Order: sequence, then structure tokens, then C-alpha cells
Amino acid sequence: MTALLELEDVNKDYRVGGFLDRSTLHAVKHVSFTLDAEKPEIFTVVGESGSGKTTTARMILGNETPTSGTLRFMGKDIAAVRTRKERLEFMSRVQPIFQNPFEAFNPLTTLDYYLFSTARRFLGLKDKAAVEAATDKSLQHVGLSLAEVRGRYSHELSGGQLQRIAVARALIPGPKLIVADEPVSMVDASLRMSIVNLFRELRDTLGVSIIYITHDLSTAYYISDRVIIMHKGDVVEAGRAEDVLGNPTHEYSRALRSAVLPPDPVVASAIIREKLRAL
Amino acid sequence: MLAAVENKPVSVETKPVLRVEGLKAYYQMNYFGVRREVRAVDDVSLTINRNEIYGIAGESSSGKSSLIKTIAGAITPPLRVVEGSVKFDFGGKELDVYAQRPAMKAARWKHLSYVMQGSMNVLNPVRKVKHAFHDFAFKHMGLREGEFRARVESHLQRIGLDPRVLESYPHQLSGGMRQRLTIGLATVCEPEFIIADEPTTALDVLVQQDVLALIKGVQQRMGSSIIFVTHDMTVHAAIADRIGIVYAGRLVEEGPTLDVFQRPQHPYTAHLIASLPRIGDTRKRVALPGKPPNLADPPSGCRFHPRCPLAVDKCKSENPPLLARNSGRVACWRAGEVEAA
Repeated sequence: MTALLELEDVNKDYRVGGFLDRSTLHAVKHVSFTLDAEKPEIFTVVGESGSGKTTTARMILGNETPTSGTLRFMGKDIAAVRTRKERLEFMSRVQPIFQNPFEAFNPLTTLDYYLFSTARRFLGLKDKAAVEAATDKSLQHVGLSLAEVRGRYSHELSGGQLQRIAVARALIPGPKLIVADEPVSMVDASLRMSIVNLFRELRDTLGVSIIYITHDLSTAYYISDRVIIMHKGDVVEAGRAEDVLGNPTHEYSRALRSAVLPPDPVVASAIIREKLRAL
Repeated sequence: MLAAVENKPVSVETKPVLRVEGLKAYYQMNYFGVRREVRAVDDVSLTINRNEIYGIAGESSSGKSSLIKTIAGAITPPLRVVEGSVKFDFGGKELDVYAQRPAMKAARWKHLSYVMQGSMNVLNPVRKVKHAFHDFAFKHMGLREGEFRARVESHLQRIGLDPRVLESYPHQLSGGMRQRLTIGLATVCEPEFIIADEPTTALDVLVQQDVLALIKGVQQRMGSSIIFVTHDMTVHAAIADRIGIVYAGRLVEEGPTLDVFQRPQHPYTAHLIASLPRIGDTRKRVALPGKPPNLADPPSGCRFHPRCPLAVDKCKSENPPLLARNSGRVACWRAGEVEAA
């Protein structure tokens, strides 16, 4: 097996506090996992706010350097990416999708600008027709077309559509790995499934691996192949989605699992009544 | 004898606490002679009973926030009430929100309060929490300083907060505690009617259930009514007695929670419920095609028809009225047919 991404005992500490009450915050502690290059998968990182999941994502994207440990992408240490050329090469293989699509796009810029500039920068295209063809192709993958997006501003589209455009932009360089940090938390419940289904499709048709970061256990169960659960920087449980989320063994993952309300009025209202009695 | 013992106390008064009739509220703008009209609330009629939690569900930009703002009488231009009325019944006295402005002002917070979404935005970050209570509630309670403080402290204790939080600043408290505080703030006057706008959306999953139980507990103790707005159907499943589904400014379906979940009558509701992911089930969920309609230029006829799998020609031209059907009400020309599909 050749590894696409390898995390080996990765740690990240932050110094917090002022001059007199300085302390160290261990944001990520001893995280190790490997993604297989030949078998694309949806790898989910579950955790609450403050669990270190976003810090992990930022390290994978090369935006943060780990305090100790190594992250290797296709055999190469991410921290050793130094020159502009190497950086561009790395970025064309690993692409991010952010939480809030309304903040990711400048409201005063047309959306096609982001797509065209990504195509020019990463694919080295100069010719206008070639840039447009590449953009249109990746928009087709997410169920849109250039004709629908050209000249539009972000306020003209719904959150679900914007998030699709963010995915299309990430697809232009032909990445092997997409890091999606809470991609559906700002999207409406009715449109959430279309984004989540899209990830599944990308994995199956384009062979892209996806690191899906979320606090929503139900969508995590729905699409993931493997899951890790993070709590205060530690990975408390890891394994196949059915095992970890269907049958959690660690105390914290069990608490998380039981905090998910089932979409069934009989069961859910019984849970709330039970809580009420305990109060 | 035993049959009379039910979950809820049998209320003697049958008069509903809130009646909304034919309410239309539009955003009307007039820039450089160009008139624009966004029909955010379009012909909504509903009643809410005493001692009831009424859930309002709908996607963002469906007009659900405009609807509750209009009900609370908290609207500012360009949003204007074009037609219809909102009438509360507080202790036998009828109060028309848009006809009796001064009486409405006096009733606010004492009879009608509001739990807002972002708890950080409600509490002033540079003032201690006790000042927030003073600003919101002191005037309405008619108590002296000392009595007021004692009342607030005992109220906080009842909702599971240490009275010492009054002396702290908002940033010193966790998100769950802050949300408890905003609930405390809204319930300290024991109002008959509470409007809750996405009170659990910004919370971590682990505290969500506690906050929901707290809201339910406060509601049961005071016997008040709550309008609970969220797009998360699982939250409605957990605490709402009845649910109203809003689509593009209109109420498209309404009914008891259990019936809405088990036998949805409107295709939009059916889709919302079918697309909910469940742990233990990885069957593929189909997402609704298309996008939410633009309320400045809504589709003709039934506003859901461009995305509806059951649409026929009639849906494109004629707007279906909201009619009583089974245990609830539904606005759809093909209302019966979703159940079979």
C-alpha cells in the first residue's frame, strides 16, 4: 500500500495567556492515521468545538506547522515544502473547502473570477477558451454549468449552490485530497444531503479522498468509510464508521452518540422527558 | 376517573393565546422610483393554544424569521404589514399587536418574550450579566431593587445556574451557560408567550438536549406557550406539540408532530422528513432538486411546483389554499397522494 497522507504522532501546542499567566494549550495530541492512495475514501474527523479538529485540518493543508511529529503527503514531508514551485504543486493536490460559503467568496467579486484564476494558476492555462473549458468541466462534476455561474455574485445563489461552487473550484487543479472543514454546518438541512451525496460521488467517480470534518454524527455515519473521534486534542476512538458510530466503546464517544436526537418524535420526546426528570 | 389523567392539564379556557389571521407582511422598497416587493409573509393564518409548543420549520430565506418578527410586532421598515391581524389573548384581555401600540409596549417581556439565537449578541460583552437582567426585566416586574435581585437569583437557581453568574461577564461563561442565561432572561417575568428563534442551533451537540429539556421544563411549569423556530427537524421531533412547515413565505402544512412525521401530507414535508440521516442507516437519500425560490419573484401558482415531484398543470397556475385535512391542515392540490408514494 502506498500512502496518500500519513500523520505520524502529530502534536500542536499553542502558547496562551499574557506575560504573567502564560500556559500551553495542547490543541492536538499524538494524532496518527494513514490514508491509502489506491483506495479513495471519505475519512471523517468528529469532534466538538475545541477538540482540535480544525487545527488538524490546517496542518494537513500546510497552514500550520506541527510542534512535533510529521505529516507526509505522497511520501513528502509537508513541513519541507519551501519553494513557490513545491507549494503550488502541493496545493494542486490538496484542496480545501471552508465552512461558510458566504464568507469564502467576496460579495463584490463575481464567482467565475475565483474559478478562472484557479484554472490559470494551477493548470497554467493562458488561453481564455481553455480556462473556460476547464472551469465548465469541473462545474459539470457538481451539477452546475458555467452558463449558470458566469457573472453571478455570491448573494444571488443559495448556500447549497455556493458550496457546490466551492467544491467545483477545489476540483479544478485535479486534487487527490479534499479537506472539507464543516462544509454543511451553514447549509440548510434540505440542501445538506446534496453536498454530502456529492462527496460520495466524487470519491466514486473521480477517485478523490475526502477528509470530512464535522460535529454532525448522522451525516458522518451516512457517508464515511472511516471515522476518528477527537476530544480535547486526543483521538479517543478510531475505526470503521459502522463500528465507531454504531457501537461506540469510549465513554466520550458514547456520550456524543447519545446526544444525537433521532428524527422520530416518539423516541426523541421520550429522551427529553427523561432529561427533564433528571434535572 | 383514570382516563382524565393525561400528560397535559385539561385547560378550562379554550380560547387560543394567539390568533394570526390572513397576515401579509412585505418588504417594500422604493429606490430611485423602482419599486421592489418581497413577499416574506404571505397570507399566513394560525392559532396557538395555551400550554403548547408550536414548532415552525423551513429553510433559510423561507420567511420564517420575518413571520415571527411580525408576530412579535418587532418589525421595522422596509418590512411592513400589508394585511391581516395578530391578536394575543393575555388573561382574557385581547391585544391587537398592530392596533394597540402602547398596550403592546407594556405587555412586552411581561407577557411576551423572545429567546434569541446568538447568545453572545444578546449579552453586552462589556457589562456584567446582572445589568442585562436589570435592563430587560426590572421595569416590567414592579419590584424594589432587593426583591428584584432575590427573584432573579431564585429564578436562575431553578434553571440550573449558580446566582454568581450575575457578577460575571459573558465571555467568562460557556456557550451552554450563556444560552441558559438568555432563556432565563426571557422567562424571569413568567410570560404567557415565548418566541424562541433557533435557540439550540449554535450550541455544541452535547448540551443541546439539556437546553431543550430546560425549555420544555420552564414551559410546563409556567404553562406558557412557545413558538419554536428551527430548520432542524430532529429538534421539532423532540419538543414540539404541533409543527407548521413554512415554504416561500407561506404555511404549507400544519399538524400534530407525530402525524407530520409519520404521515406527511405535503410533498415538501415528506421530502424534509425522508432526507433526515439516521445513525444505523446508510441508504441513499435523495436531495431536493433546484433552489429555494426568490421571494421577490416567486413562482406562479403553488410556490413549490418547480421542485415538486408530483406537480401537475394546475399547480403552475392556481395557488392551493390551506385546508383542513386529517388531523392538520395542508396547502397542496395533490395532498393525499404523497402518503401513498
